[in-house]
This record gives sequence, C-alpha cells and structure tokens, in this order.
Amino acid sequence: MIAVNVKLFAVARDLAGREELTLSLPRESSVSDLVEALVHRYPRLEEWKRYLRCALNHQYISSDQILREGDEVAIIPPVSGG
Amino acid sequence: MAIKVLIPTPLRQYTDKKDAVEVNGRTVEELMKNLMSKYPQLERHLYAEDGKLRSFVNVYVNDEDIRYLQQEHTPVKSIDVISIVPSIAGGVEINDRAFVGEVRLSNEEIQRYSRHLIMPEVGIDGQKKLKASRVLIVGAGGLGSPLALYLTAAGVGSLGIVDVDVIDVTNLQRQILYSTDDIGRSKLDVARERLRRINPHVEIEPYEKRLTADNALEVLRDFDIIVDGTDNFPTRYLVNDACVLLGKPNVYGSIFRFEGQVTVFDAKRGPCYRCLYPTPPPPGLVPSCAEGGVLGVLPGIIGSLQALETIKLIIGRGNSLVERLILFDALTLKFRELKLRKNPECPICGEHPSIHELIDYEQFCGIQTQPLNSQNDQQSKISPEELKARLDRGDDLFILDVREPHEYQVCNLGGYLVPINDLQQRIHELDPSREIVVHCKMGGRSAKAVEVLKRAGFQNVKDLIGGIDAWATRIDNTMPRY
Repeated sequence: MIAVNVKLFAVARDLAGREELTLSLPRESSVSDLVEALVHRYPRLEEWKRYLRCALNHQYISSDQILREGDEVAIIPPVSGG
Repeated sequence: MAIKVLIPTPLRQYTDKKDAVEVNGRTVEELMKNLMSKYPQLERHLYAEDGKLRSFVNVYVNDEDIRYLQQEHTPVKSIDVISIVPSIAGGVEINDRAFVGEVRLSNEEIQRYSRHLIMPEVGIDGQKKLKASRVLIVGAGGLGSPLALYLTAAGVGSLGIVDVDVIDVTNLQRQILYSTDDIGRSKLDVARERLRRINPHVEIEPYEKRLTADNALEVLRDFDIIVDGTDNFPTRYLVNDACVLLGKPNVYGSIFRFEGQVTVFDAKRGPCYRCLYPTPPPPGLVPSCAEGGVLGVLPGIIGSLQALETIKLIIGRGNSLVERLILFDALTLKFRELKLRKNPECPICGEHPSIHELIDYEQFCGIQTQPLNSQNDQQSKISPEELKARLDRGDDLFILDVREPHEYQVCNLGGYLVPINDLQQRIHELDPSREIVVHCKMGGRSAKAVEVLKRAGFQNVKDLIGGIDAWATRIDNTMPRY
C-alpha cells in the first residue's frame, strides 16, 4: 500500500467536511482510483466526481496518472463566483 | 564559444520547437545575428524594419536586462545564459499598433502617474502602453469592482464593461464600486460616473447587454485583453471560446466562499479554460455567491490580482500567470501555485480543434432555456401566495427546508431542516405519504431536492417558487432577506 496526502478545495472541502486527509491505496493506483476511494469515504462527493480536477504535487494532471508513496494530490472543483 | 539562448514559447515554432539553442558570439549583437542565420524566421519577430530590436523584445544576460548593461554591445561569456523575453501577451498586439508611438501624456497625466513613471519597469513607455490599451471587463460585480477601480486609476486608455444588473443591497458587502445611495440604479451608469471621477482620461465604454454567442465576438474584437469577472459557467465558457477564436488573452478570476482562483488563459502560449475544465458541472451543483456565500474582501484580493496581471500584460513586464494557476485560501491565508499545461486534445485550442465557432452555452452547461410549462412541472411547483392560502386554510403540508443551519437562523418558515447535501442520507426521516413543500433561499437547491425525492419514490412533492426570498418579499415583509 502507499499513503497519499489529499488536499480538498471549494465544494469538495465542504462536502467532506475537512481540508486534508491521508488515503492508503494499493500500489499502482491512479488518480481516478484515488477519486473513487475518496467518494467511497465521502459519498456526498459522488455527483461531483466527473467534474473534479486534480493536481499532483502542484501540477494539474490527467486522471490516469499513477501515484507514488508520499504524493500530494489537490482536488479542485470548478467555482464560478464573481 | 557556444552560449545558451533560452527561447520563449511563442518563438519555439521557429526554432524547431527547441526551448534552448546554443550559438556563438562575443556580444549580444553577434549572438543575435548568428541566432537568426540559424533560424531566419526569427528575424521579423525580433527586429523591426529599421534593423533595431523591436521595443517589445527584451533580452536578458543571466537575469539582467541588456538595456541596463551595454545594450546590444553587452559582452557575453560561455557561462552566461541569454533569455529572449517578448512582451507578454496582448502586449504584442498593443505595441504593434501604429498609434502607440503617437500617444502623448499631458503634463497633468505625467504628474498623475508619477509613481509609475519613476519606476523603470513602467516608465513613460509603460504608461503610454497603458494609455494605448483597450481592456474589457466582463461582469461589474465583486471581481469587476476592484478591477475597474484599479485599471481606471492606472490609466488604461479604454475600459469596456459588460453587465446588465441593477444594484441590490446585497451587492454592497463586496462590490465596492457602489454605494448605498445607488441601490436600484444600473450598475453601468453608476460605474461610469464613479470611474470618471477617479480618472477622466480613461474612456469608459459600457455594454449594457448580456454577452451571448451572437454578440460576443463583435464586443470582444476591439479589445486587447479580456478580463473575466463573471459569476456563471455559461458566460465563462463563452468568454473563453471567444478569446481563443480571436487570439486574445483572458485574465481569469473566480471565487467561492473563502477561496479564489486566478490565472491567465492565452491559447497562443498556453492552456485555455477548457484545458482546465473540459466539462461544465450541471446547473445547481456549484452554489452561486447568493447560495454559497462569499467573504466580501475575497473578490477584492482576486480582482486586484487580475488587475495586476492585466497591467503586466500591457506593459510587458514580469512573469505572467500563463501556465500557472493560483489558488488562494483566505482562511489559512495560503497561496498555492499549480502548473497547468495546454491539453493537446482540447476541443477548441488543441491540436485538432472541433469547435470553430461559438456555440449555445446555456445548452452546453445544461441550462433549461425553455420555460417550464409541462403539466408535470406545473404540478411540482407552488407559488408563495398559493402556499400562504393553503396554510391559512389549514391544509396538512410538510415544509422541508433544504438550506444550511446558519441560514435557518436568519429566517425560516418553521420547516423541517435537512441541508441539501444531507438529503440522500437522511431521506428515511421523511414520510412519503405526506404532501411535501420544499424550499431553499431562491429555488436552486429546492429544485434539486424535488428531483432527489421523486427519484426516491416520493409522489407528492412541491417546490416553492423563488424560495424563502420570494416569501419575504411577497408575503411577509417583516422577514429579513439575506
């Protein structure tokens, strides 16, 4: 297993009720596996999962990216306020 | 001796996509000559017809601008790194305009802008570029307010502003262009008066119309830089697409509660909004400022950052936010910088774009444009007047309030409180055999709640049209509005 540090923003933060957490994932897990694990833990994120964008270690990446031990993933939903 | 020259993104198309090349030379001048004999297409981008380095091309030896060294005679050594830094976005178009050279600053203007002029990074040249520039702000709200104030004070030449709203008392907590006396007046009328008092040299161009796929290209075409301060997804996608199609930079800012995002989208040199968010979330999923709230000072910070980026683009200084997105969190006071790359598969700015013209953005964002008039829709709505009459009659109605507890504290109809995000989990607390009237603040969340309940098999559910806000304006004037 690997431990990944997850930071939540905007609506994701509100729905999960926290700003960050550490998730344990099987080796070779991808970013989309991480999102599934997150939704499993916080079911209120379910309808959001298609619209989340993720940044891995401060860089936006695609959801098939493979994660490593100690990675930091930021979950960033779109916001539209002005 | 070979010296490393860093090539900026827009010029890499002329250097076989290389971001750095090695050329020989003892001075900057020799180096540039050798660079151009190797890549002849670079010449017209770097040098004007009179053989002089174009005014918007800056050359650095290590991190020093050659203008402060010995200009093109600056000697170079093999350990030096030379950077070519073209004036950042928009700048190129502005500086190419013939009349930039003709722009004059009056004595009054020189005095007014003296704190700019005494900094070499701005100087007379930068201030003239500002005066020659045309900037369009889309949205005169929370972000638009500081944007318009600072860009006007800074002395841009023309400032276009698009908005159709009138000033509401709930705007005043963050929209610092407006005063209490202005409630009920058109935002653009008030903005024009206020901005003129700040700086009469700036031409204010109000566009009191909704930006649509039919008029966007026409409105945006005449501006150098577009600044997105809108409050909804359809307009954000519209502004993005129009900017990509017209090749204009889009200075983007967006806010939510205590958080903000800022970046510069410029498809010529980096990603666009669709590279970041290819698919818009369905309506109602992202709470608006009216529903989710926003800390008043937050748009002040994000809008000011947008104004800053706009000014940097115009004067061609510093590093712009192209390919970088700043996330700001007011509660922890943290700025986080995220790298953002162009998506080669982006449908509008990618390698094989499928979008070549503006589309229907309401439809793209899933917004129902047809009036809801089917019998089914009618049956699942109830007006405040009808609800009042039925309550007075003593009908057995179960009022379900899907707002948050802190909103309930401000005002309520004595309903049963289940916040929308908890509804799915707490649905068993509700009795499907009763007639349920659902309400929120304005009607957005309650419409979603009605859908959730119907999917779960509830037959007799009604949505209060306009939410508790409509109740407060039409039925009970003593109730506070928020």
